[in-house]
Amino acid sequence: MEILDHLMQGFAIAFQPLNLGLVIFGCALGLFIGAMPGLGSVNGVAILLPMTFLVPPTGAIIFLAAIYYGAMYGGAISSIMLGIPGASTAVATTFDGRPMALQGLADKALITAATASFIGGTISVILFTLFAPPLAAVALAFGAAEEFALMMLAFATFIGLGGDDIPKTLFSIFIGLVFSAVGLDIISGQPRLVFGDIPGFLHGINFLVLAIGIYGIGEMLWTIESSKGDVKISQATVTVRRIIDDLRTLKDTFKSIVMGSILGYFVGILPAAGATPGSLMAYGVAKTISKHPESFGKGNPEGVAAPESANNAASTGSMLPMLTLGIPGSPTTAILLGGMVIWGLEPGPMLFIEHQEFVWGLIASLYVANVFSLLINVAFIPAFIWVLRLPFTVLAPIIFVLCIVGGYAPTQDMHDVWLILIFGVVGYLMRKLEYPLAPAVLAIVLGPLAETSMRQALLISNGSFLTFFERPISGPIMAAAMVLFLLPILKLVKDKFWSRAAT
Amino acid sequence: MRKAELLMAVVMGLFSTYLMWKSAELPIGWIPDEGPGGGAFPFWLAAGMLICCLWIIVRWVRRSSTVSASADQYMDAATLRMFFLVAGALTVMIGLIHVVGVYVSIPLFMLFYMRYMGGHRWLPTGVIAVATPIVTFFFFEISLKITLPKGLTEPLFYPLYDIFF
Repeated sequence: MEILDHLMQGFAIAFQPLNLGLVIFGCALGLFIGAMPGLGSVNGVAILLPMTFLVPPTGAIIFLAAIYYGAMYGGAISSIMLGIPGASTAVATTFDGRPMALQGLADKALITAATASFIGGTISVILFTLFAPPLAAVALAFGAAEEFALMMLAFATFIGLGGDDIPKTLFSIFIGLVFSAVGLDIISGQPRLVFGDIPGFLHGINFLVLAIGIYGIGEMLWTIESSKGDVKISQATVTVRRIIDDLRTLKDTFKSIVMGSILGYFVGILPAAGATPGSLMAYGVAKTISKHPESFGKGNPEGVAAPESANNAASTGSMLPMLTLGIPGSPTTAILLGGMVIWGLEPGPMLFIEHQEFVWGLIASLYVANVFSLLINVAFIPAFIWVLRLPFTVLAPIIFVLCIVGGYAPTQDMHDVWLILIFGVVGYLMRKLEYPLAPAVLAIVLGPLAETSMRQALLISNGSFLTFFERPISGPIMAAAMVLFLLPILKLVKDKFWSRAAT
Repeated sequence: MRKAELLMAVVMGLFSTYLMWKSAELPIGWIPDEGPGGGAFPFWLAAGMLICCLWIIVRWVRRSSTVSASADQYMDAATLRMFFLVAGALTVMIGLIHVVGVYVSIPLFMLFYMRYMGGHRWLPTGVIAVATPIVTFFFFEISLKITLPKGLTEPLFYPLYDIFF
C-alpha cells in the first residue's frame, strides 16, 4: 500500500491553498481556452508556460496540468454549440454533439460531455496511479542506450502511426533535432550552428521559442484564416430540473464511457497518437459495439460520451511516459517536459525518487482537477456559451501580445522574439502544405537528451552502433522502432502488389 | 498549391544544405577515443532533411502526395491580404519594441488590430489597448521582476521604479 501512502502525501500537497487555487484557476482558464475555437490545450500550455515562473515548479506543473484537463472539457463546448471543434481533440464530439444541439438537446449534450470527461479522467488517473510507479522502477535500470532507443521509438510512432505524409513527417523530426543542436556542443563545449555569428544563437534555440511560434503565432494565423465568415450558436436551456433529468439518462452511455476511457488511456501513451486519434477511435468502437449504430451521427449521446471520455483519458495517458520515462506522449506533454527542464528538474524515472513531492503532488492534483473541471463546467455553462460570442478580433491581438511578451520573458532577449515570429510564419506556411509540426516540437525537446544519450552510449561501446541492438532492453525497443519505421513502406509494397494483382 | 509545394521543398533543401555546411565547421567524423565529433549529430540530421526534401520533390513530380496533386489555390486574395496585414503588423510591432519599447508598441498594435482589422468601436478598443500594457506591467515587471524592453521611453519609467522597487 505504498502507493496509497504516496497518494495521501500528494493530496496534502495538492490541497495546499496556493496549489488548490492554481488548480481551480487552471481548470477555469483551461475550459475557456478549450472552448475558444482554434485554441486547445497545447496552445494554452505553450503560451502560458512563461507565466508560471511566478510560482514554484510543483505549483507550475499543477497549474499547467489543470489547463490541460480543463481544455479537454472545454473543447466539447464549442463542438456542441458551434459545430466547430474547440480543439482538434474534440473533432469527434461534433459528430453527434452538433445534431443533439440542433434538436434542442444542447444541455443534454453538454452534461453528457462533462460527465463523460469526468469519468474518463478519473478512470485514467486511477490507471495512471497504478501503472506509473512500477514503470518508473523498471525505467531506473535504463542506461544511455535504452534512453536513445526509447526516443527512436517515440519518433517511429510518428512515421508508423501518424498517418501524415512520410517525407514531411521525417523532415519535421529532423529539423526539430537540428534546431535543438544549435548553441554550444554539449560534449566539447564549442559553439555550433551559430548562424551568421549572431550571439543570440549561442544560448541555443529554446524549445519554447519554437512552441510559441508554432502553437501561438502560427495557430492564430491558421485560425484567422479558417474562421472567416459567420458561425451560428445553438441555444441551450439550462435548468436544474433538466440537468437532473439529463443525468438520469446518462447510465445508457455508461458502457461507451468506460470503453472510451480505457481505449483513450492506452492510445494516449503513444507519442504520435494521443487525444485526437484516441477520441476518433473511441467514436468508431462505440458505434461498432452499439445496438443502434444507425443512430450515430444523428444525435446519439453515446457518440458524445465515447470521444469525450477518451480525450480526457488520453491526456492522462500521455503523462505516463513523460513522468516515468522522460518521453512525452503528446505535444502538450512535450512542452510540460521542456518546462520541467527549465524548472531544474530532470525528467525521467529519478523524479519518483528525488522529487516525490513533485510527482505525487501532480498525480493527486489530477484527481482534484477533474472534480473542479466538472463542477466549473456544469455550473458556468452559460458563461462559456457567452465566451463563444466573443469576437476573434479582440482575442487575437491579446494572444499575439501574450506570445511576444511571454516569449521574451524566459531569456529576456529580443532575438528570441524575432525567432518566434519567423517560426510562426514559416510554420503556418508549412502547415498549409500539410507538413506535420508536432514532431518538430517533440524533437526539439528531446534533441539534447537524444544526442547526449546517443553519444554516451557510443562512447561506452567504443563507437559500435550495435550496442543499441544488443542490449537486452534496448534491443527489443529498437526492433519495435524499426518495425514502425518500415510499416508505411510495407503497406506501400502491399498496396502495389494488390493493385497489380487486381489488374 | 503545386508551385508552393515545390518552392517550399527547394527552399528547405537549400536550407538543409546550408545547415550541413555550417555543421561541418566542427568535426563531423569519428574522433578516436572521443566518439563522434561535435558536428556529426547536426550534420547527418541535416543530410536527412535534404534527403526528405528530395523525396518530397520526387513525389511532387509523380504527383503522389495529396498536396502536389491538389489543384486548389495555395492562398486566395483575401487570405493573402490577411496574412500580410497580420504578419506585417506583428513585424512592425516587434521592430518598434527596439525603438520605443513594449509600452508604446503594444497599444499601437492593439489599436490597429481592433480598430482596423476588427472594426470595433473606439471605446472597447481604447479600453483594451490601455488595459493590456498596464496588466503586462504589473504581471511581468512587478510580480515576475522581468524588465521588458522600453527603448526611448525608459526615462518615463523612473518614477514608477521609485514607487515599486
